[in-house]
Amino acid sequence: MNSNSNPALGLDVRQLRVVYDGFTAVADTSFCVLPGESFGIVGESGSGKSTVLRAICGLAPKAAGTVQLVGGDGSAVSAAQPAPGSQAFSRRVQMVFQDPYASLHPRQTVDRLLAEPLAIHGIADAETRIERALDEVGLGQGFRFRYPHQLSGGQRQRIAIARALILEPQILLLDEPTSALDASVQAEVLNLLEDLRQRRHLTFIMVSHDLAVVTHLCERLLVMQRGQSVELLAAADLAARRVSQPYTLSLMQAASGFRR
Amino acid sequence: MTISPLLIVEDLRVAFASRDGGSVEAVRGVSFTLGRERLGIVGESGSGKSQTGRAILGLSAPESRVSAKRLEFSGIDLLTCPPQQRRALRGGRMAMVLQDPKFSLNPVMTLGAQIVETLRAHRRVSSKEATARALAALESVRIDDPARVFKLYPHEVSGGMGQRAMIAMMLIAEPDLLIADEPTSALDVTVQLQVLSILDALVQERGMGLILVSHDLRLVSSFCDRILVMYAGRVVEELAAGGLAHAQHPYTRGLMACLPQLGASTHPLATLERQPAWAL
Repeated sequence: MNSNSNPALGLDVRQLRVVYDGFTAVADTSFCVLPGESFGIVGESGSGKSTVLRAICGLAPKAAGTVQLVGGDGSAVSAAQPAPGSQAFSRRVQMVFQDPYASLHPRQTVDRLLAEPLAIHGIADAETRIERALDEVGLGQGFRFRYPHQLSGGQRQRIAIARALILEPQILLLDEPTSALDASVQAEVLNLLEDLRQRRHLTFIMVSHDLAVVTHLCERLLVMQRGQSVELLAAADLAARRVSQPYTLSLMQAASGFRR
Repeated sequence: MTISPLLIVEDLRVAFASRDGGSVEAVRGVSFTLGRERLGIVGESGSGKSQTGRAILGLSAPESRVSAKRLEFSGIDLLTCPPQQRRALRGGRMAMVLQDPKFSLNPVMTLGAQIVETLRAHRRVSSKEATARALAALESVRIDDPARVFKLYPHEVSGGMGQRAMIAMMLIAEPDLLIADEPTSALDVTVQLQVLSILDALVQERGMGLILVSHDLRLVSSFCDRILVMYAGRVVEELAAGGLAHAQHPYTRGLMACLPQLGASTHPLATLERQPAWAL
């Protein structure tokens, strides 16, 4: 197992700005995620929360700011910093996308889906890694030669998690990993993520619009609105309703259901 | 409340032919009556909740077989009435709001033109009056600048705006029954509540019957007068508003338990152990 050979990594995001055609999707957002920590980003659609994740792993263009991997004491790792989007970076930072119906190639078997990242990174022991990855996400070998359309939503999301974990990254970026799933399946996937994090000492950055899900999985969280960061607070404070910004409060009220 | 119920459903079944020549029943004997109230139908994917709504409206897929002991809408037998009458009812006296405004609005017509079309299909009005009523309908769903939105195409508006336009379209012929199939799942939490409060006001002001189909137990229980919980094509439990805490069926209780809650730390979350007996 590589879980102990690679020390846990954190991520330091400073003054991140993403601009699309003059529209500022993310404006000067900074936060630091310590190694082994689970960090959440919440906000409504268009708040820029997913764009932050995409900018971290190089899928969105960064107009300004830095993204750095940090070590145990919160300082930047001394070795050369891999650029976001580069192979060395994606070896350490992997992403799980929102919609398991759209993020798996419909004409590739699970085996091929899982073999691809290994081939790209030139990792030899594909056979054992695929077997282990399937076991780890609780699916087993029976799923290896199935196509995505033969799987349920929850099973697909498990495959997406297995694909992200097969490179043994230290940081996992989760973009609404359970919002396309039924409540009972959501509970299973959340339990799986929590279990994997403990076993592998992973660092999570999770984006969600569901405050209850974020406070369940994360220790600290950032509230975003229209590309700006509104409030940075501990999950325990949110759970105890110790929030200072009216926007956070309105999100909390909305989460508690309809009131006449 | 009226003396006779608005809608009577007795032993509704919807079956689909399966590949091996047999058939699969998606809805297996659902019965309920609806007055002028808010009824919620809750269940997970595959529970048959959407198929129930579609069968009432007559929108089941052509290859499906719909049967029931009784399916009556304000005294009209929906099972035997001619297709022409069914068509006149649909959109006129009973209407449906679908899940995703991106897929259920016509992409090549402006929102205004779609609303006008719906009105003129059911009511004899001049085009001038239809336009005026469409603008009023857009205003009634709390769209700030109806004249501007009237001229926009579906791709030019946000999800919340599109869903409001769809509600305006469904309500313009002033139906007695509105079936809303996951009307808010594609929307943000803050917009969700706005859309629900629009529906709520319409039920109270106009005395409309509303069936809200959703997977979100918490949302439905805070909104509806009565809730039917569906599992594997059957109603497993009926609950009164706010009676969620007193739910008896293990499925309903399991569904409640597996939701993470703000302020309560439950690690790991309870998962749902599905019993084969629930599906019998």
